[in-house]
Amino acid sequence: MNGIRRMWAVALKEFRQLARDRLTFAMVIGIPLILITLFGYAINMDVRNLRAGIADQAGTQTSRRLVADLTATQVIAPVRQAATAEELERMLLGNEIVVGVFIPRDFERRLQDPNREAAQLLVDATDPLIPGIVSAIADMPFALREHGVQSRLIPRSGRSQQGSLFSMRQYYNPEGRSAVMIVPGTIGVILTFTMVLFTSIAIVRERERGNLELLITTPVRSIELMLGKIIPYIFIGLLQVSLILSAAVFLFDVPLRGTLLDLYVASLAYVVAVLGFGLLISTIAKVQFQAFQLTFFLLLPSILLSGFIFPFDGMPLPAQYFAQALPLTHFVVLIRGILLKGAELADLLLPLQKLGILFVISMTLAMIRFRKRLD
Amino acid sequence: MGASAAIVTQNLSRRFGTVLAVDDLHLQVPEAQIYGFLGPNGSGKSTTFRMLCGLLKPTAGEVDVLGHRLPGDAERIRSLIGYMTQQFSLYRDLTVLENLQFMAQIQGLSRRERRDRVRHSLRAYRLERYRKRRAEHLSGGERQRLALAAALLHRPPLLLLDEPTSAVDPQTRRDFWDALFELINQGTTILVSTHYMDEAERCHRLAILDRGSLVAEGEPLELIGNIDATVIEITGADLKSLRETLSGLRGVWNLTQLGSRLHALLDPGTERPVELVQGALANAGLQANVSIAEAGLEDVFVAATGKRPS
Repeated sequence: MNGIRRMWAVALKEFRQLARDRLTFAMVIGIPLILITLFGYAINMDVRNLRAGIADQAGTQTSRRLVADLTATQVIAPVRQAATAEELERMLLGNEIVVGVFIPRDFERRLQDPNREAAQLLVDATDPLIPGIVSAIADMPFALREHGVQSRLIPRSGRSQQGSLFSMRQYYNPEGRSAVMIVPGTIGVILTFTMVLFTSIAIVRERERGNLELLITTPVRSIELMLGKIIPYIFIGLLQVSLILSAAVFLFDVPLRGTLLDLYVASLAYVVAVLGFGLLISTIAKVQFQAFQLTFFLLLPSILLSGFIFPFDGMPLPAQYFAQALPLTHFVVLIRGILLKGAELADLLLPLQKLGILFVISMTLAMIRFRKRLD
Repeated sequence: MGASAAIVTQNLSRRFGTVLAVDDLHLQVPEAQIYGFLGPNGSGKSTTFRMLCGLLKPTAGEVDVLGHRLPGDAERIRSLIGYMTQQFSLYRDLTVLENLQFMAQIQGLSRRERRDRVRHSLRAYRLERYRKRRAEHLSGGERQRLALAAALLHRPPLLLLDEPTSAVDPQTRRDFWDALFELINQGTTILVSTHYMDEAERCHRLAILDRGSLVAEGEPLELIGNIDATVIEITGADLKSLRETLSGLRGVWNLTQLGSRLHALLDPGTERPVELVQGALANAGLQANVSIAEAGLEDVFVAATGKRPS
């Protein structure tokens, strides 16, 4: 009874301090909105409007139709006209264009010959994403109707030139929109960032300001202090989830296929787990600056190894094992499942349990590290 | 002494790396008295305090606080002690009222006790006007009253005050000490560290610490009476020359200028000290009045902590 009272005393105090700390309060609202906008718009793998140069030496109706079709994909946007392939190369070198479309004089004849490429794409391969995107256009079946033939711009080695061999069907994100892939995981990244940042300084700050010396002479127990400190941030975390989710749905058209309740339960589990990590950092760091450093030390592998950006299954096994210790790994599975696949929590018990385990482990370690003594 | 002891330490020592901050301390602090720790900075006062309230673990020795053995029983004594740290350690971004309520809750007081005691301490420590003011906007004296009020909310039988008056003006200090004596009347034992002589004089008993060791202990008057030095007072026209002449004299431990007077502490074994000093001054051709003087607490402090020729 006394324990709960003391825990609430700590929580209430923390709330008050938070409400008065305008900078932190601005961060509660500002960080999620800024980050979701940045991630949603900037990490955009739907590359559009690549600057293109066109060298149409054929100048026939068909060749003009091909250029028009390519432009219609919006992947390329013609910005330059050239006479020769060499001129296109110069433009590539000068970064005037990143793609060159070369249509040779004998384009019509080549179209009739299944063994020869009809036209050529010149691609700036210094950006890792662009060649893949352009090769995707090359595989697109452009119906050059007059001839009833499909274009074969750059034939794949050893493959027949009768169009693509496989047809692909994409699940959950048929348009292949990056926002749909990026935004759900971003919720987790933002929560890691803000939650760990806020709690990691929680104990350090009290130590720096001398409050801790007084607090530890009182009957307050470590667990009451720890839980009391994270309670306000649970609410803040859920507030942030709501903010980011609204942005995701209204700004980026991310579907919400599961139930809101499941989503909040999963978010709660995640918030609590990252708060545990934040507290642990707080008991390790001696000054606030170290707490910041350790926060980034956790954030970086979270972003890289959780499956948020790079496919989890593509990572080497040791990295996958390590990633099990990162709360974000499990949250990415949960949030993508609930938002995009319409999964229920019953389908996702394993990642949920893992978050619970991470919370218990981090809190236990924090409690062991935090002693009610100065030495 | 009569009264039983609130705190007993035996062989209490604390080492930080290679530095021995507290060295083999034997103390007995009687109940319901003000017990003072007097010592220069770095003499081990704060370290001793922190060991007494369980914040630091002793490297060696035993501590008994109100019948509880430390450090094992550290949690048990939390609700029995009130601790006022050297630096203000309440929350600067909370108001006076919020700070008091927080401390009352942390001490586990019931809702009614909290309301009554917070109200009472706002009145008793003249903080009612500032109840909505944040601690960061209080003056040094107000802040100190708040810290004392907060340390006493749970009515602890033992109060530890670590240099409580180092940041306040003399009038505030006087008021503060009046408040302490009132607490003594209610049976509270108070341990206070200070480096002010006038404060030390007001304590029932004093322990003088120097570089981690206990160099003198007892009631202030007793300490003055038992001073282990002869105090000579010298008055003359040219104090600077008098001082230079005496500083080299055998048996002179320390010279302190007090306005137009000079206090010399001499080895108590010195025979006929007045004549010795007079002779030395006459040899140097200096005119001065020399007499035996009554020691003050400052002399006791200097005699106990000053560098003696080894």
